[in-house]
Amino acid sequence: MMLPAEFSPGAAEIFLSISGLAILLGGVFSKDCSKWMSQIVMGIFLLGMLILLSDLFHAERISFYGLFLANAYTQLAKMMILLAAFFALVMSFRHLERESIRDFEYPILALFATLGMMLMVSANDLVSMFIGLELQSLPLYIMVAMHKGRFSASEGAVKYFCLGALSTALILYGSSLIYGYTGTTEYGALLSVFATDKSLPAFLLFGMCFLIAGVGFKMSLVPFHMWTPDVYQASSTSVTSFLAAAPKAAAVFLFVRLCFEIFIHQLNFWSPIIVVISLLSMVFGSFGALYQKDIKRLLAYSSIAHMGFILLGLVGGDFIGLRNVVIYVALYLVMTLGIFACALSLKKQGLSLEKIEDLAGLAKYNPLVAGCLTVALFSLAGIPPLAGFMAKFGVFMSAIEAEYYWLSVIGILSSVVAAGYYLRLIKIMYFDEVPCGIDKPYLEETGSKETLIIMLLMTGIMLFYIVFPDSLMDPAYMATKALFFRL
Amino acid sequence: MDGLPLLSLTIFLPLIGALCILFIRGDAASIARNAKAVGLLTSLATFALSLLLLFYFDKQNEAYQFVEQRFWLSAFGIHYAIGLDGISLTLILLSTFLVPIALLMSWQNISEKVSTYIIAFLLLETTMIGTFCSLDLVLFYIFFEAALIPMYLIIGVWGGQRRVYASLKFFLYTLLGSVLLLLAILYIYDQAGGTAIEQVTSYSFAPNIQKWLWLAFFASFAVKVPMWPFHTWLPDAHVEAPTSGSVILAGILLKLGGYGFLRFSIPLFPAACKYFATFVFVLSIVAVIYTSLVALVQKDMKKLIAYSSVAHMGFVTFGLFTFTLEGAQGAVFQMLSHGFVSAALFLCVGVLYDRCHTREIDAFGGVVRVMPTFAVFFMIFTLASVGLPGTSGFIGEILVLLAAYEVNGFFAFLMGFGMILGAAYALWLYRRTIFGPLEKEALKKLKDLTFVERSVLGGLAFLTLFFGLYPTPVLSLTEPALTKILAPYQHEIVLETVEGPLTQETKSNDVTG
Repeated sequence: MMLPAEFSPGAAEIFLSISGLAILLGGVFSKDCSKWMSQIVMGIFLLGMLILLSDLFHAERISFYGLFLANAYTQLAKMMILLAAFFALVMSFRHLERESIRDFEYPILALFATLGMMLMVSANDLVSMFIGLELQSLPLYIMVAMHKGRFSASEGAVKYFCLGALSTALILYGSSLIYGYTGTTEYGALLSVFATDKSLPAFLLFGMCFLIAGVGFKMSLVPFHMWTPDVYQASSTSVTSFLAAAPKAAAVFLFVRLCFEIFIHQLNFWSPIIVVISLLSMVFGSFGALYQKDIKRLLAYSSIAHMGFILLGLVGGDFIGLRNVVIYVALYLVMTLGIFACALSLKKQGLSLEKIEDLAGLAKYNPLVAGCLTVALFSLAGIPPLAGFMAKFGVFMSAIEAEYYWLSVIGILSSVVAAGYYLRLIKIMYFDEVPCGIDKPYLEETGSKETLIIMLLMTGIMLFYIVFPDSLMDPAYMATKALFFRL
Repeated sequence: MDGLPLLSLTIFLPLIGALCILFIRGDAASIARNAKAVGLLTSLATFALSLLLLFYFDKQNEAYQFVEQRFWLSAFGIHYAIGLDGISLTLILLSTFLVPIALLMSWQNISEKVSTYIIAFLLLETTMIGTFCSLDLVLFYIFFEAALIPMYLIIGVWGGQRRVYASLKFFLYTLLGSVLLLLAILYIYDQAGGTAIEQVTSYSFAPNIQKWLWLAFFASFAVKVPMWPFHTWLPDAHVEAPTSGSVILAGILLKLGGYGFLRFSIPLFPAACKYFATFVFVLSIVAVIYTSLVALVQKDMKKLIAYSSVAHMGFVTFGLFTFTLEGAQGAVFQMLSHGFVSAALFLCVGVLYDRCHTREIDAFGGVVRVMPTFAVFFMIFTLASVGLPGTSGFIGEILVLLAAYEVNGFFAFLMGFGMILGAAYALWLYRRTIFGPLEKEALKKLKDLTFVERSVLGGLAFLTLFFGLYPTPVLSLTEPALTKILAPYQHEIVLETVEGPLTQETKSNDVTG
């Protein structure tokens, strides 16, 4: 018999799952409910946020027989995930109709995916982690496939599913190897097993590598990144904006927990792996994007490069580095949402914006969106004084402190390459001629106020973060402290 | 001072002006008119503020003045710290003086996206002033780097034919240099535990480390200066940029590199500076001679002046790395003078371009007959560029040559040779455009300078001549700060240099101008 106290750490997750099931039932019985379903889900996200917020300052608690952990790190991570999912939904729900996603299940799937992300970040056991991971992945596969009448969406979904299944298999196999040796799947117990100076048996290390690789798939790190450009391109822009934000953040938060809470004492073993992966991601992400013609493919490569930058903060395995990673993730979410809000606020003959050339001359007939997009792009390129610079500043500082000089040099040089393709977009918007003349704008505004508000909000954060850098520093410090408290 | 953050106000006033422009509403014509008015007023107010700074500045004091320190990035222990010494003040005055001029001169010839143009200029002004008075490496880097964004847009949006190529080259080239600077700053932060300027200057780095850090700083500043062989972005950027963009680029942005050397490389890495001094000398000499030769064969006036900028900047870098007071003073003076002279020369080319829509040297000839006032101004600035005694160009170059002679007589000879070449291309340019028969039909209808052009060029000519005849205000303003920066070097230089009177050689060299 479990006491109610046992439930309270997972209150937000419980609330999300119960309300998710309830509206699913409600949707079955009511006609024409796809109109308001999105709003309900947004409301649920916000309530979930409030629950997490009220829970933020509690001491660490483990419940559900050691399967579930709630501390400042997990709560903050989940708040970021919820916020990202919330914003992605707010800015895209007006466009679902246009992108021929008419099923009322779409927001509910987003809700369950978000629930899965929260569970996998909060898991304290390889088993519950795996369940969370699957719960986030499966709805995402469906969401990608939902774009009806578009062949590439199904193709993308199948690709996503196959590679996703492969990564799941890797994680499962890694977990079973670890379980086979240690007889436990609980993080705390595993931490003590790995906390040895003696050399570990090979298959335990294999298990560790498999876990890292599996989560690396979700983060789309090179060489596990193949699915990203295809899936980004294949999905409709609303879905991509959801995919690009919250799941990426959740994967990073999970990756951090695995690396620190289980494997931290094997730093010497995994940090070289991370160095190589990070290097490849930065370089491939930057070079891969150079000649892309599709804006979503370009953003996919850019996200790969950013994941590489994020890993720079982890190579040292230290407190400051982790704090900088948390800040980076938060700012990455802001930049990604900002740029997708810009993309979503434009349409071309009723369809979503896809080709980069379509942006030609945007600055002439729509200076607002062009300006916001420019801010987002310069920020992604890491040019001061925009927020992206502060993010990069932090992780490079950690890499330098950990004495990975060559890694930093190559990373920063690849960021110059990356600046090249961001500038190409700006060039197209500002320097190229309008294809049809100013009177008849090529791209029209979609006219969704919500999208515009989010675009302005994110642009504002990117512009003014430099003035208030401590606003993220303190929460990130709190989260990191909670995580290190467990070691 | 009475508690008013005068310096911060000077930095951020243009930014506030830029924000105001964002909120101007109305039809296109009135937006453009009001944006111009707000831009000009803001930049004039900024100039007034910087004059106020000069008024309250204690010229005898070598310490930083108007120091402000605020909590910012406290988790990293990095503060928002700004302050002024004589060098910063000189360059800030130059910046705040040139921005209104640039805006005034583009009053008529910018017709597209006017408000964006003004905003870009004001943002640029904020970043430049901020760069010159940052007392923290990270803050310096942020301002230094942020200048790229508005300049990229200025070249790319309002530039000439090949503006896309030029703006991209400008951006990526300078970014490539700066990111290495960022890594070096992060390393310094790691080692010294902070990035405040007092903290890092008092920290002494191991000689081996110094060399790497110096190279990283060099990568950034040498591209900005630009030194040969990192100068190739400059001619492209200048040719494509609109006139006022060129004015700011040549007048102020190029000074960021020299300022960076002076403020950071020299005080932070004395051992590396000495180690690399000869390297810098050689690059500077090559810059002076090679780019002068290249300038000789240019067909485009703007490109010619752009190459001459590289040559003049060669004097700056040479002067800085002699580690003598006269060398450094010459360098700073040369920066200031080049700020006036090259800005004025670009304005002169702009005047011709506005009338004839070409910058080909061959398209001109005999302009003196139709534009006599213009010819006079152009003459003054050409001679100042050559370094004729009595103009500001002379003071900087003679001081640097004096310092160069103390280091190595042969180097001084080569620099002097570069000056002869400088005289050759500048005077040749003048002869081909202004003198000669007035044959071309298009030129016969040219109108002489308008009132605005006359007053702007007149102001610049006045300053050029004033500082050429009476350089003391600038020299005395910068002396305490330079003495402080060079103090670690002074003692050894005295031991190393061989005593010797000024020989005929150096004298003959500067007479060539």
